[in-house]
Amino acid sequence: MSTQRGFDTTRPLDRDDLARLVATDIPPGSYVNLGIGQPTRVADFLTPQSGVILHTENGMLGMGQRAYGDDIDPELINAGKIPVTETAGAAYFDQAASFAMIRGGHLDVCVLGAFQVSFAGDLANWHTGAPDAIPAVGGAMDLAIGAKNVFVVMTLFSKDGSPKLVEECTYPLTGLACVTRVYSDYAVFVLTDHGMVARETYGIGRNDLAERLGITFQNGWA
Amino acid sequence: MATVVADTDEAVSGIQDGSTVLIGGFGTAGQPVELIDALIRSGVTDLTVINNNAGNGRVGLATLLANRQVRKIICSFPRQSDSYIFDELYRAGEVELEVVPQGNLAERMRAAGAGIGAFFCPTGVGTPLAEGRERRTINGRDYVLEYPICGDVALIKAFRADTVGNLVYRKTARNFGPVMATAAKTTVVQVAEIVRPGGIDPEVVVTPGIFVDRIVQIPGVRPLAETGTAG
Repeated sequence: MSTQRGFDTTRPLDRDDLARLVATDIPPGSYVNLGIGQPTRVADFLTPQSGVILHTENGMLGMGQRAYGDDIDPELINAGKIPVTETAGAAYFDQAASFAMIRGGHLDVCVLGAFQVSFAGDLANWHTGAPDAIPAVGGAMDLAIGAKNVFVVMTLFSKDGSPKLVEECTYPLTGLACVTRVYSDYAVFVLTDHGMVARETYGIGRNDLAERLGITFQNGWA
Repeated sequence: MATVVADTDEAVSGIQDGSTVLIGGFGTAGQPVELIDALIRSGVTDLTVINNNAGNGRVGLATLLANRQVRKIICSFPRQSDSYIFDELYRAGEVELEVVPQGNLAERMRAAGAGIGAFFCPTGVGTPLAEGRERRTINGRDYVLEYPICGDVALIKAFRADTVGNLVYRKTARNFGPVMATAAKTTVVQVAEIVRPGGIDPEVVVTPGIFVDRIVQIPGVRPLAETGTAG
């Protein structure tokens, strides 16, 4: 079996693999905000030894695990409105302070989902733009431009097979040139001076990957 | 000067048709449901409401919307699994929506409360939410000009007040309370308990009483809020 960072490279990564890989790549002691949905799963793979402190934009640092049963307190929730717990050393604060942390560049990493990411790191993740869709942005635009590192977790291809890593986003943008890494089932991409470059691939060769993404060879691909 | 009032009806008295009302809460955490119920009873209409969301289930803000008392809502995240009342009204064109990034929502109210005329902010540059707004490059970074959001009245929920209006909150129910308290001409607070001056350690006061006008105690504990709703 051929492996990369402890993962089998002969098959695509599944959702838990992706969450574990992102958790592995978060530097110890980081302040981290995890977006709603798949990014939340990253928390399951962060060990206490990592010293990572979770921020939730509704006003808390030191967020603990999901609360169940008697531990549920309706006034202790995360940004997804899920009941959570507090860890020793937690802090509560208001929205202005919470977004000062985000926009003031104090967060080390945020992990977000996406509809599309461009090779230049543009992000589209808040609105499909469909006529009957109700737009809802929450803190996505603030996180996109504020965190020092913006990691996106997504499938590389949509259900119809079209790439979600694209030359130019067709969905309404969340932020310009803000994504620093893309963690996808088929490859991990890092933003370089030449745009997004595959750091490693899973279950696909680099040539096939480039072809399916419809890109020509550039630095870092070959 | 803050005054303790007898009940929620007195707390919301004087709110006019067409008022701009800042309503605290993130989902149901920190939502001043009893004050909203009083606002519903008062029958005022044509309101502009600022809240992070657009109502949950059939309580509080959702009921205010269902009652057609709201002309416009300014919020960051209307769409939730239990925002069906707003969703229906919006699709029927019966309520106006302005979506504002959550950080801008907070900072625009902070600016209002702090006497700031406008501010340049990097959030949303190059996105549809910044279209038509003044843009400026400062030290090589692009910013968008944002204006304050002032309220005629703020309705918020804190945990404890003293009789001079100092407030402390509880856990993530704090959210928009402190910033909204500063941003309205009249700030009305519902609390679980009221203590005498000195009953709150001055070192832990979160909202100083200068920002508070009316305090009403809501005895008892409400049933658990609906939980686990995405968004």
